[in-house]
Amino acid sequence: MMRSGRTDRPIWVSHWPGLLAVLLLVVLVFGTLVAVILRADGGRGLGPSDWAAIRFTLWQAALSAGVSVVLAIPVARALARRSFPGRRLLVTLLGAPFILPIIVAVLGLIAVFGRNGIISAALGVMGGEPISIYGYHGVILAHVFFNLPLATRLILQGWLSIPAERFRLAASLGMGPRDIARTLERPMLREVIPGAFLVIFLICLTSFAVALALGGGPRATTVELAIYEAFKFDFDLGRAALLALIQFAMGAGAALIAFRVAIPGDMGAGLDRAVQRWDDTRAQRVMDVVAVTLASLFLLLPLTMVIVDGAPGLLTLPASVFQAAARSLMVAFGSALLTLALALPIAALVVQRGAWLVEGLGYLTIAASPLVVGTGLFLILFPFVKPSDLALPVTAVVNAAMSLPFTLRALVPALRQIEKDYGRLADGLGLHGLTRVRLLWLPRLRRPLGFALGLAAALSMGDLGVIAMFAAPDGVTLPLQLYRLMGAYRMDDAAAAAVLLLGLSLCLFWIFDRGGRVNADD
Amino acid sequence: MLTIENARVDMGDFTLSADLHVNRGERVAVLGPSGAGKSTLLAMIAGFQPLSDGVIRWQGTVMPNDPADRPISMVFQDNNLFPHLTVAQNVGLGLRPDLRLTAEDTSRVGAALARVGLGGKEGRKPAQLSGGQIARVALARVLLRDRPLLLLDEPFGALGPALRAEMLELVGELAAETKATFLMVSHNPEDARLMSDEVILVEGGTAHAPVPTPEIFANPPDALRDYLGG
Repeated sequence: MMRSGRTDRPIWVSHWPGLLAVLLLVVLVFGTLVAVILRADGGRGLGPSDWAAIRFTLWQAALSAGVSVVLAIPVARALARRSFPGRRLLVTLLGAPFILPIIVAVLGLIAVFGRNGIISAALGVMGGEPISIYGYHGVILAHVFFNLPLATRLILQGWLSIPAERFRLAASLGMGPRDIARTLERPMLREVIPGAFLVIFLICLTSFAVALALGGGPRATTVELAIYEAFKFDFDLGRAALLALIQFAMGAGAALIAFRVAIPGDMGAGLDRAVQRWDDTRAQRVMDVVAVTLASLFLLLPLTMVIVDGAPGLLTLPASVFQAAARSLMVAFGSALLTLALALPIAALVVQRGAWLVEGLGYLTIAASPLVVGTGLFLILFPFVKPSDLALPVTAVVNAAMSLPFTLRALVPALRQIEKDYGRLADGLGLHGLTRVRLLWLPRLRRPLGFALGLAAALSMGDLGVIAMFAAPDGVTLPLQLYRLMGAYRMDDAAAAAVLLLGLSLCLFWIFDRGGRVNADD
Repeated sequence: MLTIENARVDMGDFTLSADLHVNRGERVAVLGPSGAGKSTLLAMIAGFQPLSDGVIRWQGTVMPNDPADRPISMVFQDNNLFPHLTVAQNVGLGLRPDLRLTAEDTSRVGAALARVGLGGKEGRKPAQLSGGQIARVALARVLLRDRPLLLLDEPFGALGPALRAEMLELVGELAAETKATFLMVSHNPEDARLMSDEVILVEGGTAHAPVPTPEIFANPPDALRDYLGG
């Protein structure tokens, strides 16, 4: 009998690989933290610039989350109550920023909102001053770009969770739009919004690549960026370690708050229908059209600009870019394989031992920022090997750990269902251990595995984090190479490299995801 | 002989106790209102449901913990076949759970499939089969596993009446060929009348000791009468 998510049955597959994988993660997070604590230089305390970094990290995360959520409400409302051609595509696109390399999006935002971007050009025609994207507003703009889609999906889920019968009832009672908002929609929003806000706050709290590319200076440096700068420019390990400790404390604090708020899941199931409503007015129609149009433009224009600017230069890219791309592919495949090696045993453990493990690991990886783990690994490895020799493996390991929560969220429900449907049959026939993995789990997990591996590979392909700390000048990955081209103002090459990176990331996701679907037996 | 000695399972508010034995070679129907614990009784015997108390023996020996080591073949209500494996592989699991089949194993699989009327269907996937054919594949595997105790948990509930009668007849034949004892959960008292020697009535948290089928239908206890609606 299956009750409360776990079973009383004897063990089908050994716990040891799962426990080992969990142990590895705990060591990766807390072992590096210990290394950081031992090295942290508390003597001088926090300087003014450190306090500025802490303040900026907190308020930019709060503001980014607030703006994303507020803007997402009208978009989600429009998607919830309108069926229109392209709606499905738009909802799918709202899931895309997840696998979109941050640095590519930043380049696209520069092409739209930068000094030489189309908005500045339009202002110039009208006699206005060009605008700048660098600084705190650029950081927040980029965060909204990435998180508006997530917020929209989460809130849309809330809207679609209101049973259609309630809207029918409202219509039969003659309720107008205001009554419906009061009785149905606002209570739903009160439920959904705190969770959505918190998720985005947490994401923005550990933002590194955006701050690296668009922020910096006294007014727009996040703690993560400060760690990187202390490390890379000042080589002040004590200060980097102290900042890493602060980052961990902030993440852990936020994760503790998150523990008390219901965090909505977003696996994108069932968003492809709109609810029929009877309270339509002309004003609402106009609002919805405006919301959907503006949101689509905001999301699609930067990417279109990247492609338009970059596609022509693809063939004339310097060889170093292609070498970087090859390195990135290696990291992505390595990271995907490692994710699988960690996630499958952990999923097996979770299905047999209860779900709290998934939650726990999820929060663990939220509290642990990649840069903190990176700093710790550097401190541990520094005496023994040249860190740049290990830049790529370390990047793959950290990426795999960071994509684990998403992977588990895809694998665990699927594995639970497999065991529910076929567990007893397999038990009765004696499918134990690796035989069970080979003959039952792997064949039936193909779809979620393909999806999860695609996600892990794409996330790793586009990652610009730990690698920036470790890489030797001749050992960079494609996102880092792209960042360097931007830093050298070689914008044409940068745009072309961005198209390459975007294409490779999407391809990786598509290949794995597709591989899981082709010829899958249901 | 199957002996259930003072066995009990506790599942929250639900408990089921059983203290009974079934002689070798008997054909037993398990009847009772839905939710009474018919499937739980089979799960206890098969080793899927750990006992809170008591013991279950076969031929005087306590059953091992691992369901696969018990002298049992089981046919479930559904999900009897792995959809990603071929018919031959699904049957082959009855010989070797790791599916490393020898040439001799493969020919035995073919023979078992021929016996249940599915010769030549080795390469099909379950999705390409009808409900009746799927049940036959499951029975071909039972044949190869050749265990002395066969447990059937409403195996043909989804089939139409004619097909169900046909499958029950096949079960009867196979059980006779392998000299297996069988316990079959059914919703349908007619099934019990047709093919069982004895009936175990499950109701009120107890699995009662088996009673000869003609006797129990001639003089049904209150619980069965309520259930039959007589």
